[in-house]
Amino acid sequence: MSTLTIGRALNEGLRCAMERDPKVLIMGEDVGKLGGVFRITDGLQKDFGEDRVIDTPLAESGIIGTAIGLSIRGYRPVCEIQFDGFVYPAYDQIVSQVAKMHYRSRGKVRLPMVIRIPFGGGIGAVEHHSESPEAYFAHTAGLKVVSCATPEDAYWMIQQSIESDDPIVFMEPKRRYWEKGEVNTDAAARSLHESWVVRSGSDATVVAYGPMVRTALDAATAAEEDGRSLEVIDLRTLSPLDMAPVYESVRRTGRLVVVHEAPGNLGLGSEIAARVTEQCFYSLEAPVLRVAGFDTPYPAARLEEEYLPDLDRVLDAVDRTFGF
Amino acid sequence: MAKGEDTPHLPQPEFVQLLSPDGERVDHPDYDVAFTDDEYRSLYHDLVVVRKLDTEATALQRQGELGLWASLLGQEAAQVGSGRALRPQDMAFPTYREHGVLYCRGIDPIMPFGLFRGVDQGGWDPNEHKFNMYTIVIGAQTLHATGYAMGVAMDGKVGSDDGEAVIVYFGDGASAQGDVNESFVWASVYNAPLVFFCQNNQYAISQPSERQTRVPLFMRANGFGFSGVRVDGNDVLACYAVTKRALDDARHGQGPSLIEAYTYRMGAHTTSDDPSRYRIASEVEAWQARDPILRMRRYLEKQSLAGEEFFAEVDEEARVTALHLRERVLDMPDPDPTVLFDNVYPNGSPELDEQREQFVAYQASFQGGAHS
Repeated sequence: MSTLTIGRALNEGLRCAMERDPKVLIMGEDVGKLGGVFRITDGLQKDFGEDRVIDTPLAESGIIGTAIGLSIRGYRPVCEIQFDGFVYPAYDQIVSQVAKMHYRSRGKVRLPMVIRIPFGGGIGAVEHHSESPEAYFAHTAGLKVVSCATPEDAYWMIQQSIESDDPIVFMEPKRRYWEKGEVNTDAAARSLHESWVVRSGSDATVVAYGPMVRTALDAATAAEEDGRSLEVIDLRTLSPLDMAPVYESVRRTGRLVVVHEAPGNLGLGSEIAARVTEQCFYSLEAPVLRVAGFDTPYPAARLEEEYLPDLDRVLDAVDRTFGF
Repeated sequence: MAKGEDTPHLPQPEFVQLLSPDGERVDHPDYDVAFTDDEYRSLYHDLVVVRKLDTEATALQRQGELGLWASLLGQEAAQVGSGRALRPQDMAFPTYREHGVLYCRGIDPIMPFGLFRGVDQGGWDPNEHKFNMYTIVIGAQTLHATGYAMGVAMDGKVGSDDGEAVIVYFGDGASAQGDVNESFVWASVYNAPLVFFCQNNQYAISQPSERQTRVPLFMRANGFGFSGVRVDGNDVLACYAVTKRALDDARHGQGPSLIEAYTYRMGAHTTSDDPSRYRIASEVEAWQARDPILRMRRYLEKQSLAGEEFFAEVDEEARVTALHLRERVLDMPDPDPTVLFDNVYPNGSPELDEQREQFVAYQASFQGGAHS
């Protein structure tokens, strides 16, 4: 057991993956000498060299496009997109090339790439630095999408993603990079595409992922003081979804609130609501409610507290589910 | 605006040519070829076969047997010249029009027909054939080739006669794409063993190359820090010589270079296109006089390397090969509907497994019924 921040756990996980497999490469803007703008790759270029931790030109499509070629050549690139809002120049390469190469080749080409994206708001940043683009990728067949919420998951999920032959979009909760937690470095507790109940409860279920897991847990603590027992599920895998723990929970509680920072319209919450309605229709005591970013562009930093789901908005939604 | 008779895309001074349209050998201070008589004849053979297969494919599309075909008509010399310059260890990244390069790699010409018939989307292993799958998105493959070439260098496979080189094909239209320009940057700063082979066939569907660039395309290389050369793209000898030099430089660790093969798309962009809407007949006629096969035939005749008997033999072989190809295309079965769900992910997906099961059950529900 060690106590690590999420950022440090990612760094240690990347280091383990690079030590284990000489084909693992890190590439991105400022990932080498600087160690990344969030220092996630700190010290790795010094230890593994400039050929394995590649400071790239400032061109996101180039990062992903060349990583495809490196993958065809037998490498396992881990690409860092510096901020969520900068992934769009690479969107074509991700959606039209990364996602489809295995399918187009009838299984003959594998692109074991990981695309790391620090995502979400709450850090007082200028525009394009606080977005939640995960639904674009979850909507794209051929990509798998995961998000970690704890140091333990950060440490293991990054390694599992690198080991996987599937192309994986790895969403990192940037505002939680500095949160500390215990990490068992001996063995992974869970597989990559597995959701789990992080807090048991009996009155209502709250589903979250990434930065909103902490928010949901805080809401559950506050609700307990009001005599309400909330069950919190950390989704972890956004594509494919692992709905079994959600169904099991909703069949017990009859109430579900889904929380994410991304805009509500056609977000993960919409899909989860549809599936729960289909599978748990007779268990539901209330419609599935969503607590999400508004359907606006991400606002200026002085407005982000209003924009982002927080403890109070989660509790408000929980209250509303009891109003039906 | 159609191009007038006075601007039939005649070559610029920087044009490398070793064989004139009349079939005369031209000396060049930097480039030469030294083929045996058999090799000269086999270059002609490849040009003829490649054109015949292409013509057959266009016919198959017109008869409803292919959904689409992207004809290489007029570009045979650029493709055969560059394709023949590749060594077995070299890797090629095509667009969707490099049927001639594919043929010169020794690959069964049937390979891309699954894509154009609509029974698959490529379906081949790039590493097995040293020939990447066709890429439809314009220019996207230039970055893949650059990354692959970076990998070649990281594997220590450059710096000797046995080194590996990579070639990537694209067109004048693609030269405007961000990905192509990014790939120039990347290949340059990482000194990747990569040859950018641009077939400037003068049109991106309907748009003339003047819409893509205000400078000759080969000159762009200078701005990115490597060399560029323009070659007569209808001269198979010059295309071979220029490509071989560039590949050898790359395999020896000299980094990337750009070749602009100045040619002309004699046919439509694809079988869905109607070039009469955007270019005039006299322009096409001017380029017919520069035909890549005709000039090679004239050369063989003038040098007494071949006679009527040889040309007839080649034509007959091409005819039989095309007929054989036609029969195999017609024999291509439609895929089993359940392959729809295959190979989305190397590790599979429980969600897709469930969809497949539901689909199979749904299909089975019609057995003996209206949909059977």
